[in-house]
Amino acid sequence: MESTSGAHKAPLKHTPLNALHKQFGARMVPFSGYQMPVQYKAGIIKEHNHVRQVAGLFDVSHMGQAIIHGENPALNFEKLISNNITDLADGYMRYSLLTNESGGILDDLIVTRRSTDSGREDIHIVVNANRKDTDFQYIEENIDQFCTLEVLDELALIALQGPKSEEVLTRFNTRVADLVFMSSLETMINGIKCFVSRSGYTGEDGFEISLPASKTEDFTLRLLEEPEVKLVGLGARDSLRLEAGLCLYGHDIDTNTSPIEAALGWVVDKQRCELNSFPGAKSIFKQITEGVSRRRVGLLPDGPIPLRESTLIIDNVGREIGYVTSGGYSPTMERPIAMGYLEISHSNLGSKVWANLRGKKLELTVVSLPFVKHQYHRGV
Amino acid sequence: MSNRRYTEDHEWIELEGNIGVVGITDYAQEQLGDVVFVELPDVGIRLTKSDELGVVESVKAAAEIYAPASGEVVEVNEELSSNPSLVNDDADGAGWFVKMHVTNIDELNDLMDEVAYSSYILGLQ
Repeated sequence: MESTSGAHKAPLKHTPLNALHKQFGARMVPFSGYQMPVQYKAGIIKEHNHVRQVAGLFDVSHMGQAIIHGENPALNFEKLISNNITDLADGYMRYSLLTNESGGILDDLIVTRRSTDSGREDIHIVVNANRKDTDFQYIEENIDQFCTLEVLDELALIALQGPKSEEVLTRFNTRVADLVFMSSLETMINGIKCFVSRSGYTGEDGFEISLPASKTEDFTLRLLEEPEVKLVGLGARDSLRLEAGLCLYGHDIDTNTSPIEAALGWVVDKQRCELNSFPGAKSIFKQITEGVSRRRVGLLPDGPIPLRESTLIIDNVGREIGYVTSGGYSPTMERPIAMGYLEISHSNLGSKVWANLRGKKLELTVVSLPFVKHQYHRGV
Repeated sequence: MSNRRYTEDHEWIELEGNIGVVGITDYAQEQLGDVVFVELPDVGIRLTKSDELGVVESVKAAAEIYAPASGEVVEVNEELSSNPSLVNDDADGAGWFVKMHVTNIDELNDLMDEVAYSSYILGLQ
C-alpha cells in the first residue's frame, strides 16, 4: 500500500471545531491549508447515507466569508461576476462565478444581498477555502473605490444537511421554516446571533449557519444532542456533491475552464455578456453564440471500478477526447460515478466513451447531471 | 505467536508451509476507509517481491498493494469481488487477498514481525 502521508510547508490552520472533531474520533487531514476531518468513526459511506436519509452536520469554517459594503455594493460587485445580483430580493442568494478577462473561472461563490439594520444594503459572499486569499485580494483591487471588502475571519460556518434538517433546526427557532432554497435571515438560534441560509453543497434540503467562532463549539455540541444529527466529514461532503453534480473548484472548474464549457451557462447572464459588463464577458458571449469545443458531462462507468481525477477518456479508436475531473463511488447508487470534460461531438447524452485504466478498457456512458435528484426546499 | 510478517506498506503475509496468505493490515484498512473495489491478479501470475499485486479502491482513493514476497499466485479471494467491504470488516482474516507459493522463504526475514510492525505504526501516528 502506498503511503498517503505528505509533507506540509506551512503549519495547518485550525477551525474553531478542531478539538471537537478529534473528540468525536475524526481522522484529520490537510485540506486547503486547514486541518480538517475527512471522516469520523462511522466512515464515509455511513456518513453520506445519514445526510441523504436524516441530517448531517459539517464544519465548513475553512471557507472564506466576507461582506462588501459601501456605495451600491450589489451594483458594484456585480461588475466582477457572471450573473445578476441587483435583482435579488432582501436575503436572497445566488450561486455565481468570479471570472477573469479571458472568461476563465477564478472561483465559484455564493452571493447574498442583504439589508442591514440601518437599512443599507450589503453583500455577503462565501468563497472556496483554497481561493479565499486570492479572491479577497482580487476583489479589493477591482471593486469600486466607494466599496469596502470586510473579511469575516471571526466567523465560523457549519452546515446542517439532510431531510430532517428543518425539523431539527425549527426546535431552536421556528422562523427558519419560512426560508426557501437560496434565501437567508439573521436570527437568534440557541441564544446566538446567526446568519442562516437554506443552502448547501449536498443536493439535500439543509441550512448553512454562519456564527461567531467563539460560540461555535457550544453551538455544535448543542445541535449534536438532537438525536437525528451526526457529524459528517469532508469525504462524504465530496461524494454528496459529486452525486449532486456540483463542481469542485480546482478540479471541475478553474481559470482554464469557461462557464459555458463547465455547463454553468445558467450562472451567466446573457444580456450582461452582450454588454461586456463583467470580466471575460466578451469571450463568454462568443462561446454562447458560436459554441464550445468541449463540455463538462456526467459519466457512468460500466462495472465496479471507480474512476479517479485525471483519467484520460478515449473514443472507439483510442483517440484522446477528454478526461475525468471528479470521480468516485456513489453510496446512494452503490456504483462508481464521475464527471469530466469531453469533446463536444462525444458529449451527447447516451454517448459511449472509454477510459484506459491499468491496461483495461472501461466503457463509460455520458449521462445527465445530477446523478441523484436535488431535494431543495423551493416552497412550492 | 503467529509467523505473520509485515511490510512497511502495510501488507501482511502468513506462511502455511510454502504457501503465503497475503492481506493488508487493519491499520491500512482504517486509513483507506470504506473499500468499494479490490482488483486482484490472475491465478498463475508470478510476482517478484514489491511487484504490484493488486489495487484497493476506497470511496476516497485508490491504493496499490505490493507483493510481500516473490512467488506464484495460487488462489485469490473471490469473496472480495462481491463483498469488498470484507477488507474493512476483517482485514486480518476473511479479507485476505491472495495465496501465493513463496519461492524463497528467506525473503520474509526482511519483513517486520508483529511487535516491530506495531511500533512502526505507532511511529506513523
